Amino acid sequence: MEPTVHDLTAAYALDALDPAERERYEPHLATCPACQEELASFWETTTALAHGAGGPAPGFALREQILSQARSERTNVVPLRRRFALPAASGTAAVAAIAALALGLWSSSLARDLEKTRSQRDAQAQGLAVLADPSARQIPLNGANGRLVVSSSGQAALVVASLAAAPAGKTYEAWVIEDGVARPAGLFDGAGDHAVVALSRPVPPDAVVAVTLEDDGGATAPTGDPLFSTTL
Amino acid sequence: MRRRDLAHLSDEALVPLVARSDDTALAELYDRVGRVAYGLAYRILRDEPLAEDAVQEAFLGLWRSAESFVPERAKASTWILTLVHRRAVDLVRREERRRTEPIEGVPEPSGDSAEDEAWLGFERERVQAALRQLPDQQREAIELAYYGGFTQAELADRLGLPLGTIKSRMFAGLARLRELLEEGSWSRQFTT
Repeated sequence: MEPTVHDLTAAYALDALDPAERERYEPHLATCPACQEELASFWETTTALAHGAGGPAPGFALREQILSQARSERTNVVPLRRRFALPAASGTAAVAAIAALALGLWSSSLARDLEKTRSQRDAQAQGLAVLADPSARQIPLNGANGRLVVSSSGQAALVVASLAAAPAGKTYEAWVIEDGVARPAGLFDGAGDHAVVALSRPVPPDAVVAVTLEDDGGATAPTGDPLFSTTL
Repeated sequence: MRRRDLAHLSDEALVPLVARSDDTALAELYDRVGRVAYGLAYRILRDEPLAEDAVQEAFLGLWRSAESFVPERAKASTWILTLVHRRAVDLVRREERRRTEPIEGVPEPSGDSAEDEAWLGFERERVQAALRQLPDQQREAIELAYYGGFTQAELADRLGLPLGTIKSRMFAGLARLRELLEEGSWSRQFTT
């Protein structure tokens, strides 16, 4: 039935599936890069349809209503962690849609990488465990599609999408830069759909993580400008 | 951070601030996307309190789960509008109040700037022009599904057609619409 499920992407983007069909489609989506790509593109089209809807403007009260409700839900001021304490599915349609939109798509491919890489090396697996840690911080990258995931203990993994494989004789090298000093944090080749790299040293809160291209075997200090880095 | 400072940030850059419970960032996103979000919800629901509910739930969903947003996968406005749409069709299906005619009349004044209104009007006309270029049957399937909140199975029933026919009309219609909108943005680039 695979081709049939495949065909549901347009209807899914239009929200024209009933709950049973949605449940059948979403697991397929999680494992089908072609559908993920198609869906991302169809979502741009449905976003245009939203702009074409032509409905009236909201009343002025709605803005304040939303903001005061949001503020009342801000139960404490611990940044970045708080909402992870909520159950993963609080049952609202909005949360379900978010899961499909972001978490579902992205984490499922992470999960596959995790599975693949886990068996390779204990140290690597240990580092990658951070990806499964829901309280880990996610820091976007500057200059590449991806993020750095950092656990509360500073254990970190880099996830980079659509990176070109390192040229022959070269390797990507990650660096943890603190107080102006760059320390090597692991080598990777960047081959494949995306790279998942457990860093070999912890990332302190104020440190920057950057990646350079180095000769095979790596360097002890970066020899060129970073290709991409975390933003603070 | 004062709201004024947020104006130069992209939608996508605002989401991580929302994830840190910065309500001024949430307000800024609402100011940018709320107008279209409400118009969409109202088009589907034709009821002010329900449309407000759909928009509110979507923005609160964003507030509660902003850290799960993945900018590599979608624009922030796409994310928000997809949430609004999902919520609105869930509500309209529950309320059994589907309406399919376009909305008549001039939108109420919204307090948006003249530039914002002009841009919205331009976007609306661009999308509606693309819709008009679709073959009738494809346009019907897209409009009934997206603006009417009908599932593909309900559409097959309503139109007395096999489900497979509805599926292929939706797929062909959405794919053609995507092409038409891309062509539109090209010609806009060349003429400006």
